[in-house]
Amino acid sequence: MPFIPHTDQDVQKMLDVIGVDTIDDLFDEIPVHLRAKSLDGVPEGLSEMEMMRRLNERADQDAGALCFIGAGAYEHHIPAAVWDIATRGEFMTAYTPYQAEASQGTLQLIYEYQSMMCALTGMDVSNASLYDGASGLAEAVLMAIRANRKSKSRKVLSVSTLHPLYGKAVDSIVGNQDISLDTLPMDDANLTVDLSKLSEFEGQDYAALIISQPNFFGSIEDVNQLTNWAHANGMLVIAVVNPTSLALFTPPGEWGETGADIAVGDGQPLGIPLASGGPYYGFICCTQKIVRQMPGRIIGRTVDLEGKEGFTLTLQAREQHIRRSKATSNICTNQGLAVTASTIYMSLVGYEGLSRVAKACHANAKTLADSLQEIDGVSVKNTGPFFHEFVIELPVSAELVLGEMAERGVLAGLEIKPYFDGRDNQILVCATEVKTDADLSFYAETLKSVLASVGGA
Amino acid sequence: MLIFEKSDKGRFATAQAPKSHADVSDLPESMLRKKPAGLPEVSELQAVRHFTNLSRKNFSIDTQFYPLGSCTMKYNPRGAHRAASLPGFLSRHPLAPESHSQGYISCVYELQEILKEVTGMAGVSLSPMAGAQGEFAGVAMIKAYHDGRKDFDRTEIIVPEAAHGTNPATAVMCGYKVREIPVRADGDVDLDALKEAVGPQTAGIMMTNPSTCGVFEKQIEAIAKTVHDAGGLLYYDGANLNAILGKVRPGDMGFDVLHMNLHKTFATPHGGGGPGSGPVAVGERLLPYLPTPIAGKREESGFDVFQWLDDSDLPETIGRLSAFMGNAGIILRAYIYAVLLGREGLHRVGEYSTLNANYMAKLMDNAGFKLAYPERRATHEFIVTFAKQAKELGVTAMDYAKRLLDYGYHAPTTYFPLLVPECFLIEPTETESIEELEGFVEAMIKIQQEAEEKPELVKQAPYTQPVSRLDDVKAARELDVAYKSDQN
Repeated sequence: MPFIPHTDQDVQKMLDVIGVDTIDDLFDEIPVHLRAKSLDGVPEGLSEMEMMRRLNERADQDAGALCFIGAGAYEHHIPAAVWDIATRGEFMTAYTPYQAEASQGTLQLIYEYQSMMCALTGMDVSNASLYDGASGLAEAVLMAIRANRKSKSRKVLSVSTLHPLYGKAVDSIVGNQDISLDTLPMDDANLTVDLSKLSEFEGQDYAALIISQPNFFGSIEDVNQLTNWAHANGMLVIAVVNPTSLALFTPPGEWGETGADIAVGDGQPLGIPLASGGPYYGFICCTQKIVRQMPGRIIGRTVDLEGKEGFTLTLQAREQHIRRSKATSNICTNQGLAVTASTIYMSLVGYEGLSRVAKACHANAKTLADSLQEIDGVSVKNTGPFFHEFVIELPVSAELVLGEMAERGVLAGLEIKPYFDGRDNQILVCATEVKTDADLSFYAETLKSVLASVGGA
Repeated sequence: MLIFEKSDKGRFATAQAPKSHADVSDLPESMLRKKPAGLPEVSELQAVRHFTNLSRKNFSIDTQFYPLGSCTMKYNPRGAHRAASLPGFLSRHPLAPESHSQGYISCVYELQEILKEVTGMAGVSLSPMAGAQGEFAGVAMIKAYHDGRKDFDRTEIIVPEAAHGTNPATAVMCGYKVREIPVRADGDVDLDALKEAVGPQTAGIMMTNPSTCGVFEKQIEAIAKTVHDAGGLLYYDGANLNAILGKVRPGDMGFDVLHMNLHKTFATPHGGGGPGSGPVAVGERLLPYLPTPIAGKREESGFDVFQWLDDSDLPETIGRLSAFMGNAGIILRAYIYAVLLGREGLHRVGEYSTLNANYMAKLMDNAGFKLAYPERRATHEFIVTFAKQAKELGVTAMDYAKRLLDYGYHAPTTYFPLLVPECFLIEPTETESIEELEGFVEAMIKIQQEAEEKPELVKQAPYTQPVSRLDDVKAARELDVAYKSDQN
């Protein structure tokens, strides 16, 4: 009986004390016809040894290729200490810190995490995390609508350069609350927001503007102009940012004249492995002014009876367990273990290490882009600066090329066509600091040879 | 001490970053960050020591008995973590092509099938990332169903007053009004009040069985009929699934949609507050609306090929709730747990969790503590009330909870459900031994004695933790939620 410690004697003693004959008697309040027969559809249990054999086979099936896909999940070096410490039982098997005195480890760690996110984003306040970047953006939209006192609007302006899967998640999550989203169009040549179209969106009472930096295509937007324009038109600014990039580019707290109002994104690049898409975590930060509208848990520093420093959940009156139907959000858990890992990661690399990582990403992406541009029939579409991702156009079907590259051990990028019309034959390519010069050359050589064999070069 | 207070300018874990700054002179100066961010500046050993020592300040399942009601703090199998952390799983990109995804998707597919069987439902989506998101998906599907039949007058969701706070919060997030109905003294929903409350405005009811009062809702079939007859649907909050796993299936009780908490029932790690996973399961009526992506299977030349089903395969889906496929690694761990337990093991979860709870309830009763529902069988959890002690001795449930920490036990859930005053909601789970249960009751007996003889001792507890009782009022009034160095 895996994980159940009872011996027959234990069971007999317990049944005697309770005053029943069998364990089944304990279910006598449940109508007999509702009781399940045995779970025939579930296979018999395996020992840990047998389980590991099966799982090893499955893991091996997916392993082995060089991955150049980004699109919201990024491969970075994760120091061994990060998960060695994060998976200590005291961190991994603790729960929500409702008894603060027994959870000072987790609580202090989250306070430190909140402090680090404020430092990185340049914002005043951070919460203890949301589920992921996409659902985090949905929460930011709801928050902006609540927080924008000057506007009763339930309309938000987004950008067409936002990650399409983020856009879809936001639609699903806010769609039932009478909220609509419009989008600023893209400059197709530049792969950035078309600033010449801004005036068309004035005077329409949007509660907020969403700005993605870098955007889905890796391109760097003119965030200062967008931020100032949004503020001048009564909109709050929601910044959707990549945390590694914040060690290189201007952080949201310093965008425009007065900075963004809310900053969100996915914390995965900070010490979380790709792992098929999760668990990651969404970070959300804001200005001091609107902190009471922020969803999710927040940890605060205080003192105990002896005046000693301690940490506890605070501002709980926003949350579901107190406000119920009037809560800022229905959210209950945060992404505790992922946040733990990230906090350890950020402490190990520090700003110095993170900025070296960011620069190495940029250099590798640039090197790869330059070498692919050299290949006949291939062109890089980002005309302005980009960060660790860029778009290339191929002379033949992207699907075909990706398939051929995969067979040769290279996951060459993400096909863009399913997400954006008129971008046939385009793929989104990512190169981070983990790629060596040999990896980058291998990509270029493989692409060249694939194009030659399919008759495109 | 905060890690920032241990920092010294110029320090970082030099082995963990590139050896130098790469050339970024092609980037315009105006776009670049001017001032560094105030992250810690410590050596690798300092960081390791700091966080290792922080961990030692926590209570956890691995170190203490942790009978948090409604949270199912059972053993988190190390084998599940080890297998889920195999390099082939950790390095797989969520958007990897089908050719490099068969291993992972096959695990997801098999878990979907197991959960269908265990819940008695027709379809499962594993993408919601926590119970609250599962609830959101469930209620959104109810809305999609009614909207699909042009039944737009259904504006209300009914919720028992003892429900978990996420239930009414979720209903509001889906655009519904909440109508609360009372719970009777024996812990069951007031059926007469329910009959008054239903009508053409009823979209559905959200409830848990066993309920948040720790007892089995005996009238569940009558409740199902009442709501269904009025045209509404039944939503099952699966937080208490551990009590009936392998014994009763929500689908058989008449529920149309439910969510499960994999971080409770399927033993995925609690992580200090997450990540969780809140998959949803539906009956036939709601199949078209399931959130995407879902793992699917097709046959090619006699072989099974696994694939993702998205909105092109489910055109009426309520959509996606995350950028990728939810908490993928948690899903994998739950799959592994189900594989380790198998048919017999899953069957025993309900049996032994219920045995443990009933044994503890009897011991507490015998020791003179007041059970909230003494005439009922405990399910996997039960409620004790300290209303008498609060009134006569001035010692509250909170005080008992804090003093338990000194005895080496994490306190049970306190003050939930709201309708039982001064309560503990105690859930031992099936992975605890008889000695652990008896030890807890002995500690409670000692604390009761202390409460009678020297109440002040209990009221000022705990004494053995890194901190004594914390000033919550100060925490909210003088908000300090981030360390600000000179650099920030």
